[in-house]
Amino acid sequence: MSKDQEILDSITSQEYQWGFESNIDQEIAAIGLSEDTIRFISKKKNEPEWMLEWRLKAFEIWKSMPEPNWQNLEYAPVDFQSISYYAEPKKKTLNSLDELDPEIKATYDKLGIPLEEQKLLAGVAVDAVLDSVSVVTTYKERLAQDGIIFCSFSEAVHEHPELVKKYLGSVVPVADNYFSALNCAVFSDGSFVYIPKGVRCPMELSTYFRINAKNTGQFERTLIIADDHSYVSYLEGCTAPQRDENQLHAAVVELVAMEHAEIKYSTVQNWFPGDKDGKGGIYNFVTKRGACLGNHSKISWTQVETGSAVTWKYPSCILKGDYSVGEFYSVAVTNNFQQADTGTKMIHTGKHTRSRIVSKGISAGKSQNSYRGLVRVNKRAEGARNFSQCDSLLLGDRCGAHTFPYFEILNNSANVEHEATTSKIGEDILFYFRQRGIGEEDAVAMIVNGYAKEVLDQLPMEFAVEAKKLLAISLEGSVG
Amino acid sequence: MLQIKNLHAQIEGKPILKGINLEVKAGTVHAIMGPNGSGKSTLSSVIAGREEYEVTEGEIWFNGVNILELEPEERAREGLFLAFQYPIEIPGVSNANFIKMAVNEVRKHKGLESLSATDFLKLMREKAALVGLKDDFLKRSVNAGFSGGEKKRNEIFQLAMLDPKLSILDETDSGLDIDALRTVAEGVNALKNSENAFLVITHYQRLLDYIVPDVVHVLYDGRIVETGDKNLALKLEDQGYDWVIEKHKQEA
Ligand SMILES: Nc1ncnc2c1ncn2[C@@H]1O[C@H](COP(=O)(O)OP(=O)(O)OP(=O)(O)O)[C@@H](O)[C@H]1O
Ligand SMILES: [Mg+2]
Repeated sequence: MSKDQEILDSITSQEYQWGFESNIDQEIAAIGLSEDTIRFISKKKNEPEWMLEWRLKAFEIWKSMPEPNWQNLEYAPVDFQSISYYAEPKKKTLNSLDELDPEIKATYDKLGIPLEEQKLLAGVAVDAVLDSVSVVTTYKERLAQDGIIFCSFSEAVHEHPELVKKYLGSVVPVADNYFSALNCAVFSDGSFVYIPKGVRCPMELSTYFRINAKNTGQFERTLIIADDHSYVSYLEGCTAPQRDENQLHAAVVELVAMEHAEIKYSTVQNWFPGDKDGKGGIYNFVTKRGACLGNHSKISWTQVETGSAVTWKYPSCILKGDYSVGEFYSVAVTNNFQQADTGTKMIHTGKHTRSRIVSKGISAGKSQNSYRGLVRVNKRAEGARNFSQCDSLLLGDRCGAHTFPYFEILNNSANVEHEATTSKIGEDILFYFRQRGIGEEDAVAMIVNGYAKEVLDQLPMEFAVEAKKLLAISLEGSVG
Repeated sequence: MLQIKNLHAQIEGKPILKGINLEVKAGTVHAIMGPNGSGKSTLSSVIAGREEYEVTEGEIWFNGVNILELEPEERAREGLFLAFQYPIEIPGVSNANFIKMAVNEVRKHKGLESLSATDFLKLMREKAALVGLKDDFLKRSVNAGFSGGEKKRNEIFQLAMLDPKLSILDETDSGLDIDALRTVAEGVNALKNSENAFLVITHYQRLLDYIVPDVVHVLYDGRIVETGDKNLALKLEDQGYDWVIEKHKQEA
C-alpha cells in the first residue's frame, strides 16, 4: 500500500467523539406512522385543534408524494413504518436549570453546551432540544425586555398562535418536498424566534439539537421572524450519539425578514456520520429556506457540515424585496462512506437583488460530496446580481466531488458569475509539510482551515473555534 | 554528521541507487554533480524519508541516529532540511503560518517554547531580507503563484528560519537569474558555520564560485564514481561528463 493510501486510510479512521448514550427515561410513541401517530403527538403536546388539523392535512399530502430520488446519493430506503415519531424525556423539568435531569445536564456538558450560568453571562442564550421536547430555555427574560420572543415551538403554538398561524408554512409550503411534508405532519419541537421592529437582538441565539433515543426520527421545526429594521444572529449546533441503525432527521427551518431586517443563521452540524465501514449514521434531509420579504432585507446562511451518513440540504433564499441580499457560505466535509448533496437556491424576484454563494467541499476516504446550486433570476428582477464560488478539495484518490450549478436567468440585465476549482491534497503536498517538521494531521488541519477560511470567518467567534476543531477532528486519522 | 553506507534504493522495483557511500562532516560543504537521471534527487529524497522509494540495503546515520527508522517529520525536527528541486504550491496556507508551525515544531522537539509573535515576526523579517524576499510574500500562500526564482528563494528563506544541521540543496540554482543566484549564495554563506553542513546538488560550476565546496562528488548511474576537491567541478565544467561515463560505463 502506498503511503498516500495509508495516510488517507487513517484520516478516515477517526472515531466519533460524541458516541455516548444517555440513560434518560423516555416516553416513546409506538413505532410506525398513521393518523393515530399524529393524533398521539398532538395530544401529548396538548395542541389546539387548528394545529392538529394542519398536521393531518400535511399527512394526507405526504402520503400522495413519491420519495425523491434525483440527488447524487445512494442510501437504503427509509422504512417510515419502522421508526418512532416521538420521544420525550419522562421527567419534565422546565422551570430552572437546577431542576434539569442530571443525566440530561451531563449529556449537555459532554457536548459542551454552555448552559451554566457563567456561560450565559457570556451572552449565549440556549434553547436546547433533546430529542423532541425543548428542555430548557434560558435567558428568556432578558430577551423579553426587548420584546424578543425566543421559545420552543410548542410553547409558541400556545402563546403566540397568531404569529405561528401567519408564518408557519409560509416560506416552505407543506407540499414543498417529501421530507418537508413529513415534517409538517409529525414535527416534534424546535425553536421559535420573533424580533420586533427596530430591535437588534443583544446576543447570539443558539439551539443545540441532539438525537438521543433509539429509532426516533427527529423532526424539528424552526421559525424565525425578523420584523422591520431588526437584526438577529442564530446558531444551530447538532450532535447525535453513536448508533448502528440509521436514524432519520428531517427538519424544516423557515426564516422571514421584513424591511431592512437581517437574519444570520449559522449551523455547525456533526451528526454521527457512520463508522469507518459505512455502518450507521444519520440521514439528514433538511429543508431550510428564508424569505427576504422586505426591501433591503438580508438573509445569510453559514453552514459547517461535518456529520451525517447522508446529507441532503439546500438552505435557500427567496429574494422578494427590492435590494434584498441572500448569502450562502458552506463548508461540507465528507469522509469514509459519507455522502453529501448540499448547496443552495437563490431565487431573485425583487429588483436589484444580490446573492453570493461560497461553497467549499472537502472529501476524504470513499466519500462523495456534491454541490448543487440554483440561481434563478425572474423576469421582473431588474438588475439582479449573483456571484458563486464552488471549490472542491480532495484528500486522496477514492473520494469524489461533483458540482451541479444550475442557472435560470429570465432577465437580461442580470449579472451572474460562477467560479469553480478542484484541488487535491496528495502525497507531494503532505511530504512538503513533513519535510519541514509538520506532521500529517497538522498539515491537513492547516490546509483545510486555510481552504475554508472565507466561510469560517462568517461564523461568530466561539463557533468558529469549535468549527475549526470539528474540521480537524472529522479528518483526523485520514492521514498517518 | 551524515554517514551513508552502501545505500541501495529502488522505485517500483527499479533500482536507482546502487551502493552510495558518503560522509559529510560538520562545518563542510559537499557538492554533488552528475548527469540527468543519475539519481541525485532520489538520493536527497531517500535521505529526507520519502516513502515511495524503497531502501533495499544500506544505512543512513545522522548525528548518531539511524534515520531510516524515523518518519520524515522526525528527521526534519532532528535538523535535516531539503530545499526541493521543484517546490510545491500550497494554496490557502500562508507562508507565515506555514513557517511558524514548522519553526515551533522544531523548537518543541528541542524542548523550547514557541516563539512569541513579536520575536517570530522579527526573525521572519530578518530572514526574508537575507534572501531578498519582500514582506508581502510572507502573507501569500506558500509558493502559490511564485515565480520559479521566488520559489527557490522561499526554500532558502525556510532554511534560514529553521537553522538546520544538514541542508540539502537540490538544484537550488536552476531557474535563478544571476543576481538571485548571488543573493541565495550569500544567504547560504551567511548561515554556514562550524556546526552545520551543506550538501549542494548542482549542474553548474557558477554556483560553486559563490558557495565554495570542500568536496565534490560525481554521481553516475546510482553510484558516487568520482570524488575530489573543487577542481573536479572545474574539470566537469570544462570537459562535460563524457569522460566520466566512458570511465565508468563498464560498472553500470
Ligand atoms: N517516481 C518515479 N517513478 C519512476 N522512476 C523514477 C521516479 N523517480 C525517479 N525515477 C527515475 O530515477 C532516476 C533518477 O532520477 P533522479 O530524479 O534522482 O535524477 P537526478 O539525478 O536528480 O536528475 P536531474 O539532474 O535531471 O534532476 C531517473 O531515471 C528517473 O526517471
Ligand atoms: Mg534532480
